[in-house]
Amino acid sequence: MMKEKMLKGSAMILKALELEGVDQVFGYPGGAVLSLYNQLYDSSLKHLLVRHEQAAVHAADGYARVTGQPGVVFATSGPGATNLVTGIATAYMDSVPLVLITGQVASRFIGTDAFQEADITGITLPITKHNYLVKDIKELPFILSEAFYLASTGRRGPVLIDIPKDVFDQEAPFAYDQKCHIAGYNPTYSGHAGQVNRAVKEIRDARRPVIFGGGGLIRSSADQALRELAETAKIPVILSLMGLGAFPGDNGLFLGMPGMHGSVAANYALTETDLIIAAGVRFDDRVTGKLDSFAEKAKIIHIDIDPAEIGKNVMADIPIVGDVRLVLEDLLRKLKPGDTGKWLKQIESWQEKYPLPLGSKKVERGLLPQFVIRELSRLSEPNTIVATDVGQHQMWTAQHFIVRTPKRFLTSGGLGTMGYGFPAAIGARFAAPEHRVLCITGDGSFQMNIQELATVVNNNLDLTIALINNRSLGMVRQWQEFFYEKRYSHTLLAESPDFVKVAEAYGVKALRAVTEEEATRAIEEAYQLKGPVLIDFVVNPGENVYPMVAPNHPINQIITGGDL
Amino acid sequence: MKHVLAILVENKAGALTRISGLFSRRGFNIENIAVGETVTPGIARMTITVEGSDPVIEQVMKQLHKLVNVLKVSNLSKEPSVMRELVLIKVRAETGSRSDIQQIVETFRGKVVDVSPDSMIIEVTGTEDKIEAIKMMLDHFGIREIVRTGKVALLRGAKITREA
Ligand SMILES: Cc1ncc(C[n+]2csc(CCOP(=O)(O)OP(=O)(O)O)c2C)c(N)n1
Repeated sequence: MMKEKMLKGSAMILKALELEGVDQVFGYPGGAVLSLYNQLYDSSLKHLLVRHEQAAVHAADGYARVTGQPGVVFATSGPGATNLVTGIATAYMDSVPLVLITGQVASRFIGTDAFQEADITGITLPITKHNYLVKDIKELPFILSEAFYLASTGRRGPVLIDIPKDVFDQEAPFAYDQKCHIAGYNPTYSGHAGQVNRAVKEIRDARRPVIFGGGGLIRSSADQALRELAETAKIPVILSLMGLGAFPGDNGLFLGMPGMHGSVAANYALTETDLIIAAGVRFDDRVTGKLDSFAEKAKIIHIDIDPAEIGKNVMADIPIVGDVRLVLEDLLRKLKPGDTGKWLKQIESWQEKYPLPLGSKKVERGLLPQFVIRELSRLSEPNTIVATDVGQHQMWTAQHFIVRTPKRFLTSGGLGTMGYGFPAAIGARFAAPEHRVLCITGDGSFQMNIQELATVVNNNLDLTIALINNRSLGMVRQWQEFFYEKRYSHTLLAESPDFVKVAEAYGVKALRAVTEEEATRAIEEAYQLKGPVLIDFVVNPGENVYPMVAPNHPINQIITGGDL
Repeated sequence: MKHVLAILVENKAGALTRISGLFSRRGFNIENIAVGETVTPGIARMTITVEGSDPVIEQVMKQLHKLVNVLKVSNLSKEPSVMRELVLIKVRAETGSRSDIQQIVETFRGKVVDVSPDSMIIEVTGTEDKIEAIKMMLDHFGIREIVRTGKVALLRGAKITREA
């Protein structure tokens, strides 16, 4: 405990951020946070001014996914706060630690429909790990420390603090205790020894085991333990979209992503396996397909820090609540590898027989999006951070971009938020100044936060935007093609602007590629340039993402595509 | 199956909304709900009756437990416990039917707590079965209004439901 000093609310916030080691925040000012921004004016804390509050949350989210530390956001009351909602929901679904500070109308106006009043704690109740409305300045210090503690421990998540305008200016003694104790919050970190022993036995006896890992591996930095487990026991690894990077994408034991757009080998392996070691995954419907026929032959060891995830979608034979890294390390100490030789051969033959499709051959060979992603992957350094938007380009990136290390692949997996990628890349830029940042986006998604071109120009951020321009809302168009008789209702974006001109109007360098040669050259050129660059890849609009499992179908019923 | 959950919760702004919101958001059906203070200042106890299979109830309990303000969740249906509900029933009661009503009320150990020229208010406490039974008996006189507190419950014996 430090000596208690009198501080104003605004000063308390900046002091708490300093004590928490936060040196970068993302935000947008307004009436209810004038006092906070006034305090910021002569603070050493760096603040990135975005052009829409949604972008501030996604940027903080990208920052948090790369650093592992909570991303911090400031926004004003009413519309400022409601503009955060999509970003908060995105972070909540993907368990990303955030601390959001919103201004609220002055205490005496709360509940009166005052100008720019919105009940943001009410609105964000279902999409935050916890939230607070600060009614008394004396509560602010412990609320700040609780918020950081909650956001960054257990299953990570966003925490919002709503502060009435007058509270920013009130004074109270400031004592800050980072090791706060919260009565109703006690995450379990180490796995139950008995359960771990049972898991060890199952692993020894299994002949067709797979490790199925997710985002939890990344949040708990379990990549080393995972790799050791897989390599020592010769167990193949499947990663969910959220888990990509937790295991090297070019490792021989890696089978790719499962589920709707997963690899054939991954889906066959999950269907035939006799033991799933599920680590930090939540068996989302995009992964399991039809639940009744998912992994029917398998026993399931399910490791997760959130007990509510265990038994939610699939029943676990061996539930282990705990931090995935600690549990895997414990498993490793006791590990007795089984014989997986035949199984690995079987998997290899699936991989040979069903490689990832590279796109249609029939077309008058315009530029294929799959080719573009593979070139981007080939020409990027191994530690490049890639942020995607949502749609076909996201799935192609997940399939074809080789992610080798954790915290390098940023995507909105749970909520599937178009508009996430570009601002997330901006946040990542601040999180890892020494590494390349690449945003792979679509012509639909990019237009959801295109205004951030101003932010990257103003701050001269080194960042490459790869726009996979198929003149359509490709993923939805694909579903219309497959399931709605090619009735392309409102998915063709013929009227999009010239993205090169748009970028240039903002002051961003821009290149266009319509052939394979141009694509390669454009990437090479962009990678030489400083500052923000956009490449408009004009790709064949009719491409579909394969393989595909239709929704709610068994994952071994795979549409592999016509002209592979 | 019906389950009766006892939830100890910090009595903070929004805590009850968080709990009821969780039920509706996740598609769990609350049958009834009762809230009141406990012997510990600042801690309230909710008794929630919810319908669902065992796995569903387990999921409900785990999700409740994740709420930061929730200190303890226990399923009282899984252990011997005393469950009661209090009901006030306003029943049509002309002079001719009063003694019949009175008799029913006595059988069920209820009380007449208000009388007016053409109606009576009856207070009954008991288990769900008992309340359903008296309701059925009174129905034929004409129940005009009914209000129920929702079920409350305590474990039998010395055992208590505690925060930690
Ligand atoms: C905010 C939001 N609105 C709508 C959707 C539904 N949706 C999913 S993918 C998609 C199309 C995305 O188009 P684009 O960004 O051009 O990517 P493409 O699929 O063409 O690669 C849409 C509309 C969504 N995921 N997010």
